[in-house]
Amino acid sequence: MKSGFGIFLAAFIALGGSWCGFVLAPVHQLGGAQETTVLNSTDIYPLPRSGEGGLGLQVYRANGCAACHTEQVRQTGVACSVVLADPGKNPVAVTNLISSLVLTNLTREDAAKVAGKITAAGGKPEIRLGATGPDIARGWATRQSVAEDYLYDLPVQLGNLRAGPDLANVGVRDPDLNWQLTHLYAPSAITKGSAMPPFRYLFELHKIGQVPSPDALRFPGDFALPPGYEVVPKAEARQLAAYLLSLRASVPLYSAPISP
Amino acid sequence: MNVNEQNEALGRAALLRRQADQQVSPTGPVEQFTSTVDASLRLPLLALFGGAALWLVLGSVLAMIASIKFHAPDFLASCPVLTYGRVQPAADDALLYGFCIPAGLGVILWLFAHLGRAPLRGAVVPLFAAYLWHLGVLVGIGGILLGYSTGFPWLEFPRGSSVLLFFAYLLLALWAAMNFAARRDRGLYPSHWFLVAALFWFPWIYSTGNLFLVAWPVRGVVQSIIGWWFVDNLLFVWLALVGLGTAFYFLPKFSGRPLQTYYLALCAFGMLILFGAWCGIPQGAPVPTWLPTVSTFAALLTLVPVLAVGLILARTLRGREKSAVTGGPFCFVRFGTVSFLLSSLMFLATACPHFSRITEFTWFGPAQSQLQLYGFFAMTMFGAIYFLLPRVMGIEWPFPRLARLQFWLSLIGVALFVIPLAIGGVVQGIKLNNGVAFPDVTKATLVFFRVSTTGLLLLLLASLLFALNILGITFVWKMSLLKSLLAAVKAPLETGSPSAPSPVDQEVKA
Repeated sequence: MKSGFGIFLAAFIALGGSWCGFVLAPVHQLGGAQETTVLNSTDIYPLPRSGEGGLGLQVYRANGCAACHTEQVRQTGVACSVVLADPGKNPVAVTNLISSLVLTNLTREDAAKVAGKITAAGGKPEIRLGATGPDIARGWATRQSVAEDYLYDLPVQLGNLRAGPDLANVGVRDPDLNWQLTHLYAPSAITKGSAMPPFRYLFELHKIGQVPSPDALRFPGDFALPPGYEVVPKAEARQLAAYLLSLRASVPLYSAPISP
Repeated sequence: MNVNEQNEALGRAALLRRQADQQVSPTGPVEQFTSTVDASLRLPLLALFGGAALWLVLGSVLAMIASIKFHAPDFLASCPVLTYGRVQPAADDALLYGFCIPAGLGVILWLFAHLGRAPLRGAVVPLFAAYLWHLGVLVGIGGILLGYSTGFPWLEFPRGSSVLLFFAYLLLALWAAMNFAARRDRGLYPSHWFLVAALFWFPWIYSTGNLFLVAWPVRGVVQSIIGWWFVDNLLFVWLALVGLGTAFYFLPKFSGRPLQTYYLALCAFGMLILFGAWCGIPQGAPVPTWLPTVSTFAALLTLVPVLAVGLILARTLRGREKSAVTGGPFCFVRFGTVSFLLSSLMFLATACPHFSRITEFTWFGPAQSQLQLYGFFAMTMFGAIYFLLPRVMGIEWPFPRLARLQFWLSLIGVALFVIPLAIGGVVQGIKLNNGVAFPDVTKATLVFFRVSTTGLLLLLLASLLFALNILGITFVWKMSLLKSLLAAVKAPLETGSPSAPSPVDQEVKA
């Protein structure tokens, strides 16, 4: 390190190396990624978000929802379970055999052995593959998130803090549009003790006109609006809710195989 | 004597010479020379540090608002500008882009001019660049609050703001590099390595981040990969380069003995830039597995430079001379370097798969980044600024006691923010992994969060004290300028009546 040029060269090589590794190589490997198909099916995955859902991602970005919510689930492993698809000609013997066997949370080898025993007894077993891990056990997802899930997102909102629950699958978990909207308007009325701030500015609170608005939110019994008033979602709220409902990263893929 | 020993001898000689600079008589030629160097830096440094102090206060206020929202979700909830998801990134960016980077650039300008003993030429350009930078931050923070965030962590500033910041940085870096090239003392001090590398680091990563994510976005999850690369290179490598480069100048200066040792510093520098730049891809991320694997391996190797910095700190401060400077700036820089060790260890630990399974997605991450940004970098910068700004301005600090109070407030504030949040993060992670119901997890972390809000309040007070001192010194300087201006205007009038004796003369005669 005897000259300024030497320092520059060292920094250039060090940063250039990591640039090639973590910028150029991923662009080369994944930058041209295309849709894939759902495992054992011809359905295309993922489909671009349509209309309101696509606009909703921008509402999600503008309001910084990713400051508290992740959109990625982890899985720590896979486990097999064996189910009886058809008891066969001797159901009593097969049922007796099954009651003496452990059928869930098996490795692939053990599952194959158990399936072999059931087949020998005359039944027709089926081996099912499932993901394991705390996120899966919590019911947040059926499989881990993979690169394909984010193909059409711009910006990709992975998030890095779970002050609130993960949203990778919220469209599967809470598919009710009214639930999503009322939750955005008054989170603590829907989930007791929620730390989520209410997003009232995405809604309009106004007097009920001659005909009540068909879009007005339907609140649970113990939540009281001022009498004669109704809450109608603005366009942003509808877009955001549509986006949340479009978050459904649950189909089995080649890179995340599970039994449907 | 081999080449390395020669280098070390040169370094020691240069250091002794510089220490001697401080000890010569006030009227000596060296002192006069130093004062011309300082005078050349006055305007750009005041613009950089003054703006930085204001952003620090604003960032602390925004962080406080964000923190209160966790205790009372209804707080300011009807105001879209101040919703949590906008205030929190705005607070983070105000601290990083508003305070840390301009403060770092100012300190780099000063260190280059002093180490190279070369006055800054054409100071109007860095002055303009400093204003341009602060304008860029203003546009950026405003953009985030109005909902124009790009949505990428630590890169939220909208496009227009990023362009301003990029060109402002280029101008400042260019002037620092020209000053470096024109240095009269041709020796290279370890601080030079770190700071030259840092000057070059930022434009590359910032342009990559903005071009690949905002201008011509890449597809899908590659955005996140480039985002992680950018954040690692900015928050870990760039801050470490500037902060350590500064500490490696001030620690020997304050302790009165050379940096221990040249080779350890060389090892820390080389391995930091070589391996540090590869960290940051989280375990289990939805990306090809080789990426996090490489990152974990790089994090393991990055332990070496971090331990080397620990060794340098311990050996440089051990057995320091009795005449060594203690208190004031020294305390800030020492605390900053210790924080660097802790925050780096926290950061590298999260690359370990077993540990990251618990701490990922918890408050442990924000605790680490706050320790890095505030505990390490901002504290080191406070120390440097408290040391250099009075010399640059030729004015003592107006409130030296507030500086001491600021040290204690910042220290306790950082501790109260980081320690509970890190522990809370681990608790949160364990509960999340063991299937505790989600509202109960939130409730359990809230206890720790309460303490951390107190820490933020202390940090807000500390930043107010810092801003007060900077504003004070600016005010005193402007007043003295005004006085000398008045004197210059009056001078011809006074010389017109030389016979009248001044009141002072009369007193002396009496």
